[in-house]
This record gives sequence, structure tokens and C-alpha cells, in this order.
Amino acid sequence: MGLTLLGTKLGMTRVFTDEGISVPVTVLRVGPCIVTQVKTEETDGYNGVQIGFDDVKARRSTMQLIGHDAKAGTSPKRRHVEFRVDDASDYELGQVLKVDAIADLAFVDVRGVSKGKGFQGSMKRHNFRGLEASHGVERKHRSPGSIGGHATNLGTGPKVKKGKKMAGQMGNKNITVRSLDVIRVIADEGLLLVKGPVPGPNKGILEIKTPPRLYRPKARKQKEALGA
Amino acid sequence: MSTQQLIESINKSELKTDIPRMDVGDTINVHCRIIEGEKERIQVFQGVLISRRGRGIDETIMVRRIVADSGVERVFPLHSPRIAKYEVVRRADARRAKLYFLRERVGKSRRLRDRRRGMKHVAGQATVQK
Repeated sequence: MGLTLLGTKLGMTRVFTDEGISVPVTVLRVGPCIVTQVKTEETDGYNGVQIGFDDVKARRSTMQLIGHDAKAGTSPKRRHVEFRVDDASDYELGQVLKVDAIADLAFVDVRGVSKGKGFQGSMKRHNFRGLEASHGVERKHRSPGSIGGHATNLGTGPKVKKGKKMAGQMGNKNITVRSLDVIRVIADEGLLLVKGPVPGPNKGILEIKTPPRLYRPKARKQKEALGA
Repeated sequence: MSTQQLIESINKSELKTDIPRMDVGDTINVHCRIIEGEKERIQVFQGVLISRRGRGIDETIMVRRIVADSGVERVFPLHSPRIAKYEVVRRADARRAKLYFLRERVGKSRRLRDRRRGMKHVAGQATVQK
């Protein structure tokens, strides 16, 4: 349940399938992740596993984190992430999780921080069409138009509706790309090839998760892949 | 190994090693595998190589031919398994890397100068790399 690993994005390329179809893939380096804490029902109220990934220089870390990771017998790690499990007894401190742990999956979810685009207008941020180029439009060609001053959620008060799409910060937020096809696993190098793009820049750190839910055809495939 | 080399190493085994020397301007035969249901057959597309772009697994070629008085251009991924083989039919002299100007040419001016004519291109000898 909910096994999560950490990895980095290396870049994109393409591979050809046996049928000769070209598939765009993102190359991820997954793990090695070290189990840094095992949480149990008795001590923490729930069962969970915390993993650490990517070495960081001790002087760039904090004493708290250095001590925490030292308990697991490892050097300080850059990123830590926790996931729930049904039974925490399968995991022990200092255990190393590699890409093999998810090698059987047919689909994975990938979560990361998207590239920041700064403060952007409604055309770039929400694909608005802007106003016309001519016919008397002056200095408002990229504006969103009317934001509906009197339209409210409850029909009261001259306020703009909550959540109205407007200009603002674009990117630099957590994005989960769900149910990506696993194209290939290269266990020696710790590489995972997934179909299509994933959030963030190359070298960015990503969470690779077992999907909590899938569309029915995909769920069936996932089951088959795990059963085989 | 750098990241770039690592990514290239992933599909190194998929790269074709039996591709003949093809320069822009050459007339080539592309043998495509066409899959119709169960059956598979080979279809040959003959035309002038007017562009090569990309590198490694991403390299593509653009081949132009004239069908019923209208130009047809097809772009093939060079290393696609759907292509059985390439053949060079005729070598020609091109002074550009991209022969898009052929699209405007009609009639005799559509032809490219044969490589045999130039003294620098003796048959069998490697031409100067750009």
C-alpha cells in the first residue's frame, strides 16, 4: 500500500516498441532510498515508513537531521518522505529500497515541483484567448475581459466569484502526474523509464508512487503485471 | 558517465548499424514495413533526400518524390524498426544542407547535378565531411 520512492529526473528520449512505435520516455534514476524511520501503531498511532534520498554535505544539513539519519546508520540525506503501510514489520531501519521494489508495476504516479514561470497573465496561465487585435480594442489585447463583478457564489453582494481564473503565479507548485506507463526498468543502473513528461527540471527530485487508484482497464493491467 | 551519455546508452542497442552513407541530395529507396492485420509487406518509397536532422535515436530524414505531378514528402525516423532497409540509388551534388528550394522547382530544374561529374567526387571515394 502506497509504496513511495524518491528519484531524480535525468531527461527525455525515445524508445521503439516491438511493434515499431516510437514512445517518448522520461528517464528517472530511482533510489537508492534508505529507510530512516519506521512508525508503528504503538509508538506513533499509525503504521508508516520514512525514507531518505540523496546524500547532502553534513555542513549543509542540520544537527537534528544528521542525528535522525545517523540512527538509521546512514549519512545525512537531502530529502525525506513518508508513506503509510498496512504492516510496518516488513521494513527495518537502514534498509535500502531500490528500483526493484516497483519494477513489477505497470503504472506509477510521479509527483514533483513544476518549473516556476513567475507571475503570468491569464492567456499563458489559463489559456484564455484575450481580446481582439483590432475593432477598436485599445491596450487590452491580452486582458481576461470581464471578471463578472456581480456574479457571486450565493448570488449576494458585488464580489468576484471565488477561484476565478486570473493572472498570478504559474508553476513552482506540487504536481502529481497520475498513472504513467512504466516502459522499462534497468535495475543495474537504477533507472526507470516512464511514458511522457514529468514535472520539474532535469536533476529535480521526484516522488515515484504506487498509484492509489486507477481507471478500470489500467487497474486490471496493473493487477496482471503484479500477478505475473 | 555523464547524464547525456547515460541517456544515449539506453537506446544504443536500437540504433541501426547497417545504414549506408546517405547525403542530402541523394536519391534513395526506403523500404517500409507495412503491417496490414496479420500480414506484413514491404513498400518502397523512392525519392530525393532533402533533409537530415537530429542526432542519435532522434535522427529523422525527409524524402521528397513526385507523384502524379505533385510533390510528396515523408519524414522517417532513421532508426525506426518499421524500416527494413535503405538503398542509395543515385548520388548527387548538393551545396545546401536542406534542399527545400526543390519545392519551388518545376520540370528539368528539379534535377540535381550528378555527383559523378564533379572531379572532387570520384566514385567510391569518401566525400569531404561538412
